[in-house]
Amino acid sequence: MTDRHDGPGDLYGPDDSALDGNAIGGLLHEVFGTEMTTAEATCAHCGNTALVAEALAYVRAPGTVMRCRTCTSVLAVVVRRQEINCVDLSGLAALNALSENSGRRSAHSGT
Amino acid sequence: MAGTAVRGRLTWQVATVAAVRPETASVRTIELDLQDWGGHQAGQHVDVRLTADDGYVAERSYSIASAPGEPLQLTVERLENGEVSPYLTEELRAGDQIEIRGPIGGYFVWDGDDASTPLLLVAGGSGVVPFRSMLRHRARIGSNVPVRLLYSARRLPDVIYRTELDMAGDGAEVIYTLTREQPPGWAGHSGRVDAALLTEVAWAPDRRPLAFVCGPTAFVEIVAGELVSLGYPPDRIKTERYGGVGAP
Amino acid sequence: MSPISRGFHGRHADADVDPSRVPPGQYVTKDFPVLSAGPTPHTPLENWTFSIKQGGQTAKSWSWQEIRDLPSREVTADIHCVTKWSKLDTRWQAVSLDTLLAQVEREARYVLAFSDGGYTTNLPLADVTGGQAWLAYGYDGAPLQPEHGGPARLLVPHLYFWKSAKWVRGLELLVDDEPGFWERYGYNNYGDPWREQRYAGD
Repeated sequence: MTDRHDGPGDLYGPDDSALDGNAIGGLLHEVFGTEMTTAEATCAHCGNTALVAEALAYVRAPGTVMRCRTCTSVLAVVVRRQEINCVDLSGLAALNALSENSGRRSAHSGT
Repeated sequence: MAGTAVRGRLTWQVATVAAVRPETASVRTIELDLQDWGGHQAGQHVDVRLTADDGYVAERSYSIASAPGEPLQLTVERLENGEVSPYLTEELRAGDQIEIRGPIGGYFVWDGDDASTPLLLVAGGSGVVPFRSMLRHRARIGSNVPVRLLYSARRLPDVIYRTELDMAGDGAEVIYTLTREQPPGWAGHSGRVDAALLTEVAWAPDRRPLAFVCGPTAFVEIVAGELVSLGYPPDRIKTERYGGVGAP
Repeated sequence: MSPISRGFHGRHADADVDPSRVPPGQYVTKDFPVLSAGPTPHTPLENWTFSIKQGGQTAKSWSWQEIRDLPSREVTADIHCVTKWSKLDTRWQAVSLDTLLAQVEREARYVLAFSDGGYTTNLPLADVTGGQAWLAYGYDGAPLQPEHGGPARLLVPHLYFWKSAKWVRGLELLVDDEPGFWERYGYNNYGDPWREQRYAGD
């Protein structure tokens, strides 16, 4: 297999454990009450905006971790505690999801 | 209690296995019966949840193999050392119950709305599953959208849906590449999907194609990268990465 | 109530296991599941160091070779992951953290372990001394693989395994406790599997 890295710098090798935001579509729908893979996520660390479907997703962990594909910083973490989803979105500067009706519904963190 | 089909809400619901059908030695298609299935779009997936009698719970996601309008089908590959896939591909039988949540996903979908743009589908191993849904949907709606499926598999017996794919017609081309072993007299491609193969198979960027790439993470990264190098704008490449062990 | 999936039993094999070795809520597995919150780092060994920091300064640092030259031993331990799997009799080649911490004069009560990739986890100093904790670079008779935390990870078997930080690069000695990665996201600050301290407030 070609050795190919997709992360910043030379530190990271090909990472077969990383999925993408499609894999957490069900969880995010549960959390937000709507389809989120087409939502636009802006990284609070590097400012890059990308679709949630294209984010790095780590699903084999004590929680679900969504990371910026550009800089690998954590965007969001969901920890399932019995029947409750504990959601941390502090790695997101913005999250814009397509509204059920029309247009986009957006959330911005205050600066 | 069956999940309520409230618009916008996604709930777990019980599905009964209607039938199971082997596709290859390690791959099986499962047809499911649900009370409240509202349909889906080609390319979407479902989450599956299994509960053991000691309370142990496992969840996984699987792409929908059936076209919108057909009974719900999932195609599952048995992963070595898998926890859920050996059960679904070997033990599960008609009459058994599993839980399903879905359909999920609004990004990796193809509705056939845009008739002007040719479709490139690049599949690594079981990544072909959502493309079967797309191809079936295309046929059902009578679409003329030119489509090429480039399907990378280890060996010919590992090709899923081979009979169906070999019959794809009406502007749908299926191109195989076998990466580990080829049968005697094989006239198709060999080896992994690379820049040379994509240059030959992919639609020229000036036709404004839409590409979907699905399979193991490493496969998707390589193929998506090569398509960008070929001149595909990144927002015309949709990707879906599967877990599992490396590329075919 | 979820229906039982007939014949499904996951990967666990509880049959021949002494129940007194299995903390509450755990399932014993013969596999070694790979769990990860981020990309696998691949630091070249010539650039790798293990450091103990205190008060914002590096108090002591070892190169890879210097760590390998320290006395090590084979450690056999049962490990318990908060995601409910337990693995018994795992074998490691490791240097005791006592050996490393003895070389630093310290006034700390807590440590924050830090790893390549940004992962952190906090522990009381009392839980990483007295033969309870290790820097492990071998597993099952072979070099520790990157997917399992190689070249070296922390090994603290008496706590949930998220405290055994993969790809560890050092310890920060702290006077006041500071939560690490999973502790910030809702997991228990201490993590005793025998008292089932999975989440904050347990």
